[in-house]
Amino acid sequence: MARHRQSYEGVAVAVPVTVPYVRYSTRTAHWFIGQAVSGLLQASGLKKADIDGLSLSSFSLAPDTAVGVTQHLGLSPRWLDHVPTGGASGVMCLRRAARAVQAGDADIVACVGADTNHVDSFRQTLGSFSNFARDASYPYGSGGPNSIFAFITSNYMRTYGATREDFGRIAVDQRTNALGNPHAMFKKPLSLDEYMSARPISDPIHLFDCVMPCAGAEAFLVMSEERARGLGLGHAVVRGAIERHNAFADDPVMFRGGWLVDRDDLYAQASTSPDQLDFVQTYDDYPVIAMMQFEDLGFCAKGEGPAFVRAHTMTSGGTFPNNTSGGQLSAGQAGAAGGFLGMVEAIRQLTGQAGARSVPDAQLGLVAGFGMVTYDRCLCTGAVILGRPA
Amino acid sequence: MTTPLIRPKRKNPVLRTRQMNLPPSGRGRVALGLTAAAAEGRFELQACADCGAVQYPPREACCKCLSVRLRWREQPGEGTLLSTTTLHHSNDLFFRERLPWRLGLVHLDAGPTLMVHLHGEVGDEPGPVRVGARLDRAGQAVLIGYPKNGGAHMADDTMLREMTSDPKFRKVLVTDGKTEVGQAIVRALVKAGADIVWVGHAEPWKKLGGLEDISALPQVTLVPLDLTNGRSVTELAGEIGGKVDIVINNAEVHRTFGIGARRGTDAAKAEMDINYFGLLRLAQEFGPALKGRSADGATGATAWVNLLSIYALANFPPHGTFSASKAAAHSLAQCLRAEMRPAGIRVVNVFPGPIDDEWNQHVPPPKLASGTLANAIVKALRDGIEDVYPGDVAQEWLERWRDNPKVLERELAAGGT
Repeated sequence: MARHRQSYEGVAVAVPVTVPYVRYSTRTAHWFIGQAVSGLLQASGLKKADIDGLSLSSFSLAPDTAVGVTQHLGLSPRWLDHVPTGGASGVMCLRRAARAVQAGDADIVACVGADTNHVDSFRQTLGSFSNFARDASYPYGSGGPNSIFAFITSNYMRTYGATREDFGRIAVDQRTNALGNPHAMFKKPLSLDEYMSARPISDPIHLFDCVMPCAGAEAFLVMSEERARGLGLGHAVVRGAIERHNAFADDPVMFRGGWLVDRDDLYAQASTSPDQLDFVQTYDDYPVIAMMQFEDLGFCAKGEGPAFVRAHTMTSGGTFPNNTSGGQLSAGQAGAAGGFLGMVEAIRQLTGQAGARSVPDAQLGLVAGFGMVTYDRCLCTGAVILGRPA
Repeated sequence: MTTPLIRPKRKNPVLRTRQMNLPPSGRGRVALGLTAAAAEGRFELQACADCGAVQYPPREACCKCLSVRLRWREQPGEGTLLSTTTLHHSNDLFFRERLPWRLGLVHLDAGPTLMVHLHGEVGDEPGPVRVGARLDRAGQAVLIGYPKNGGAHMADDTMLREMTSDPKFRKVLVTDGKTEVGQAIVRALVKAGADIVWVGHAEPWKKLGGLEDISALPQVTLVPLDLTNGRSVTELAGEIGGKVDIVINNAEVHRTFGIGARRGTDAAKAEMDINYFGLLRLAQEFGPALKGRSADGATGATAWVNLLSIYALANFPPHGTFSASKAAAHSLAQCLRAEMRPAGIRVVNVFPGPIDDEWNQHVPPPKLASGTLANAIVKALRDGIEDVYPGDVAQEWLERWRDNPKVLERELAAGGT
C-alpha cells in the first residue's frame, strides 16, 4: 500500500507581487529579483530579516544562481532553493516552499520568478537552452519553440479536428481578460479576424499564437496560515498539488501532458472535481497547450478540447474563466516569471485583488504549469488547487 | 517533383556579393558521432549494446536501460512523417536569409522521434519518409527527410543544394589535366553538368596523350598551372580565382622509393614540392577567393577536393617518401578544412588505394580505375561527403587502420599490403 501523503493543510499563499513588464531592459535579472523582494516587503509590512526562505526561478541569472542572489540582496535565509523548471516553476516553488514551512525549515518563504530581456537575449537563449536543443533542434531552422509547437499543434489539429478558430477563441478571450489587467503588455482588444489574418510564423502557428518575450518578475510569499492571519495578510490555502517530469516519453509526438498521470491524485487531495472549480490559470505558451490542459486536467475528454472551447466563453466573467490576467499570450512572457503569472493571478482572484477582472465569488481555482522544451516537447508539468481559507 | 535548377544568369557585377552566415554549428562531443558518420556518407545513431534500444538525440547513457555501452550503428532511416511546419521566421541569420524553410517531425521505425529538414518532394503528413544524415554548410551533421522514391531532379531541391556541392552549373578548376585520373575527373565533371572546367597543365611543351581529347570538350579551357611555381599559381588565381566554385587538386608526384633505395633527397623533394607545398601554394591563392563567394547564389563557391592517398594514413614502405608527402598533405588539408569552414566551403579529402597507373605497376590488383575514382569524387560532391575512401583496397586499409593502427604498421613493415 502506498504511504499516505501528507496534506498541504495549514499553508498560506499570500502577497501577490508583479514587477511591471518591459519589452527590453538593460538591467540584469538581479534588478528584477530585488524589485520583487522589495515589493513583497512593502505589501506585507515584513522586514528583510523576516524572509528566512527563498525559492527562485530565473533563466537570465547565469552564472549566478539563488546563492549569489542572497549576497547581492543582503538576504540570509535558512532555506534556499533554485528551481530550474521554467514554466512549471511557479507550481514547483510553491510545492517546495509549502513543505519547508510545514516542516519548520522556514517560516516565511519568498517565491520569485524573474528574468531580464536584453535585445539579443532571446536568440542567445534558444541556442544554449539545453544540450538537446543545441544538438538536435536549434540547427533545424532555429525557430526556437515555435517550430516544436507548430509540430505539436499541426498533429493535434489533424488528429482531433481542431481549427485555427478554436485556438483563436482562447487567444481572443485572454486578450479580453488582459484589458482588465494594468500589468498586461497588450492594451488593445484582439478580434478573431485579426487573430486569423496575422502573419504566419511557423505553420500553423501565427503571430497571436506566440508570446512576447519581455523582462519582469512575479512573486508571492508562502507561510503558515497562522502567520498570515497574525500579519493580517489576505491569503489563499493550498488544497492539493502535483508535479511530473518526462511523462509519456514513448509518445512519438506530444498530444498529452503529465497532468493526465497525476490529476486524480490532485482532485483527491483537494476533495474536489473539475466542475467545482471557479477558474483555471493554464500555462499558455501556445493555445494548443491550454487546450491540452483542458483535456488532461479533466474539464473535457481527450479530443474534445475544440468542442469545449466552442461551448464556453473563457473570459473572467464567462462560463469557464481561463487565464484571467490575460495569460502570457496577452500579458507577456517575462522568462521564468511566465511560470509564476498564473499563480500570482490566482492569489489575486482568491484575495479580492483582481479588480475589474475578478471572477464573481471565486472560491476555488486551479493553476497549471508546463516547462522546459529541451528537445521535442515540454518535460515538466505541475498543477495546484488554491482555495479561499475556511 | 523538384523543379530542375535553371542555369543562373550572369551576375550583375554592380551588386554586392552576399557573404556567408553559417547555420548553428555548436554540438556536444557525443553528438559529433553523427557528424563523423555523415562525413563519410552514413546515417548512424546510437544503439545500446545491452538492450538494443536506438536513441536520439545522442546521450551519455541508454535512456532505456542506463547502459553506457552505446555504439554508433548505421540506420536504414525508414520512418513515418508525423508533422510538418514551414518556418516564416527564424532567429538565425542563415535561415532568415533562406525562408521559407520546411521542417518535419519523423517517427523512425527504429524508435526515436527526429526533427529533420524536409526535402520538397516529401508530401504532407502522415506518410512514409526516409531519413538520412548530411553535413550542412557549417560542416555539422543534420538529418534530412527524403521522399521514399525521389524524382529525377531531386538533387536540385533548394534545401539540398545548401547541404551539397553538386557540380551542376558550377565552375571547376582541375589542377592537372595531363594524367589519366585528371582527364577522367574532367569528363565526369562535364557529364555532371559543370559549367566551365579549367584544366591546369604544367610544362606545356611536354606533349602527353589525352589532353587534346578533353580540350575539345566545349566546357573545357586549358590553363597554364605549375604548382611548384608560386608565380604561376598567383597569376592563374588573379585570372580565374574570383570565378572558381570548386577546386580539385589532383596534381601529384609519385615515385616508388623508400629511404635506402635511392640516395639523396631530390625525388622526395619533388614529391613534397607538389604534393605538400603545391597544396599550400594553391590554398593560399585560391582559398580566400573561394571563401569570399561561398554564399553567391545557387551556384556559389562550395568545395575544395584534395586527391590524397590511403598511404596518408599509414606509411607503405615501398612507396615510403610518397606516403610521407601524402601524410603531410593530409595534415595540411585538415588545417585548410578548419580555415575554410567559417565560410562554409567544404574540404573533401579523397584517399584512394593504389590507382591503376604507371607508378603502381608493381602493386598487385585490385587497383582503382581512373574513371571509378573520378565518379567517386563527383558523388562525394553531390552527396556532401567530406572523407572518401574509394576502392576495395582503401576500404580494407581503412578498416584495419581503424581497428588498430599499430597492427597495420607491423603488417605493412612485413610487406603485407
